[in-house]
Amino acid sequence: MNNLLIAPVIIPLLMGMVLIIFQKNIKLQRILSLAALLATSVIAVLLMNQIRNGGIQTLQLGGWKAPYGISFVGDMFSALLLLATSIVSVCCLVYAFSSIGRKQEKLYFYPLFLFLITGVNGSFLTGDLFNLYVFFELFLVASYVLITLGGGQRQLGESLKYIFTNIIASAFFLIGVAYLYSMTGTLNLAHLSMRIAEVGQDGLITTVALLFLIVFAMKAGLLLFFWLPGSYSVPPTAIAAIFAALLTKVGIYAIFRMFTLIFYHEPQITHLFIGILAAITMILGGIGAIGFWDLRKILTYNVVISVGFIMAGLVSLTSTGIAGSIYYLIHDMLIKGLVFMIGGTIVHLTGTSDLKKISGLIRHHPGLGWMFFIAALSMVGIPPLSGFLGKVFTTQGVFEAGYYWLGGIGLLASLFILFSMIKLFMNAFWGETILGVEEEKGTTKGLLLPIALLTLASVAMGIGAEAITGYVAQAAEELLNPNLYIQAVFD
Amino acid sequence: MKPNDVILKSVTRVAAVIILTFSIYLFMNGHHHPGGGFIGGLSMASSIVLLYLSFGVEKVRENIRVDFKKLSAVGVLIAVATGTVSVVFGKPFLTQTFGHFDLPIFGDTELASALIFDTGVALAVIGTAVNIILSISEDR
Repeated sequence: MNNLLIAPVIIPLLMGMVLIIFQKNIKLQRILSLAALLATSVIAVLLMNQIRNGGIQTLQLGGWKAPYGISFVGDMFSALLLLATSIVSVCCLVYAFSSIGRKQEKLYFYPLFLFLITGVNGSFLTGDLFNLYVFFELFLVASYVLITLGGGQRQLGESLKYIFTNIIASAFFLIGVAYLYSMTGTLNLAHLSMRIAEVGQDGLITTVALLFLIVFAMKAGLLLFFWLPGSYSVPPTAIAAIFAALLTKVGIYAIFRMFTLIFYHEPQITHLFIGILAAITMILGGIGAIGFWDLRKILTYNVVISVGFIMAGLVSLTSTGIAGSIYYLIHDMLIKGLVFMIGGTIVHLTGTSDLKKISGLIRHHPGLGWMFFIAALSMVGIPPLSGFLGKVFTTQGVFEAGYYWLGGIGLLASLFILFSMIKLFMNAFWGETILGVEEEKGTTKGLLLPIALLTLASVAMGIGAEAITGYVAQAAEELLNPNLYIQAVFD
Repeated sequence: MKPNDVILKSVTRVAAVIILTFSIYLFMNGHHHPGGGFIGGLSMASSIVLLYLSFGVEKVRENIRVDFKKLSAVGVLIAVATGTVSVVFGKPFLTQTFGHFDLPIFGDTELASALIFDTGVALAVIGTAVNIILSISEDR
């Protein structure tokens, strides 16, 4: 029993409720929401160290023993994602302070932001399938409101697409849960894993597994990413950044959890299928990223590529590959938040997202330019930046497992990323300066701090990789040994 | 033209009281029998909505001075806070407890901490349900 596990869920939730009561006092809202997220980060670090020393931590809510009650389970994978979530959310929140606008702040922006984080943290920590569905809905409902907040015509149109897609995916999620419950009689993840290991994963269960894969693929943007480029390019920057950094990642987390803990018996069907989806995703995302001349479109297609790449590590099912995926997943959360913020700042400065109309920003904004350059190199995987280790281990793992085609496409996708990011960098920052400081539509005042913080976090993760190697290796080991998870829940 | 709603108003005057009483019964009944905070809150919300429908938003707002958005927030706060109390005593989150007390009128009564949790749930449900109806009615 470890009550700390519930804290990342109830701290933002309670604080969000308090903020609804003090809706008018913007200053108080800012301070309290920042305090809540900082407290969550501290708890994530504490949890990481407890898991490092004491193995997987569990909490049976209300003292009801598993599988009858709801379990909360914190393994190293969840804790690492929790920490990355906290860092990104703090930075996005600080970015929102000076960019979101008074009107949105009064329209419950901060409570909704905290509910979003509640849902994301809850999804990482819960050990119950139906509870996972509830937390998914929690952050989705918050995101529905956030994406429509402000509401221009184009924004509402894209939001509708986003909402419909997710409602359909959620319906399939429920259908999958019902099937699984009717076949196994349980929804506790550890118990499900045990039961399926006992009776074997027959054709029917594999079919349900594929149903879950489709659901989570829709949420993660794995192949079914048709909704993603539109929806992620319309909301205000701070919101787009937190969406790009977190929401697809929860889908990825769910795929990892389901296909390492429960449906791991037929990798030649399910994992191969994931591999094919990942490969197609990387290729399509790559084509989108190099084809478009719209800054936000390029960035959103880069989100899609990285989803495919992270999945490649799961396909390999080797400890190197999974460790690589975890590195890359954490790196990607930080870096996607970062590039979306930089992209949003460019749009804020120039008033356009058309790359052909932007030029020479580096003269007046050297800091912004170089931080974007670092982020771009990091995304491609240049050592010693944070993307490097993820790329190396994932590729190595995929090759070890014999999926040469997948590894090859992964490396090719890196070239696509390199091309698209350098295209963005050269067009936006190099060239003749066409905008004087006084002609700019906005200032970078207050926007550079969160960007710098995230850049620092990303660089620190690359250079200080030694410090987290142990944690990541433990996370990969726990993912590959479902028995560790089961024992922790049933002890 | 003013709509003729004498029947609606007269029925509501009686029905609202009955529904409110029944909702409290449902709420109290929920610990061991069918009922509880959720349906108790929902039926109470239905009686409030009935008042809104028959007497108009303005008139009810004059008499029930509650911000339903804040009411639902307070409800969730109460529910989660009861869960957190068990953390202070070193028990898992949401652990409930109960005891028997001798109360002046009711005699030997079983009081459970789940009742406070349920109060929170009921408030949250009332706040949300009424709020949904009110936001729809404000939309022109």
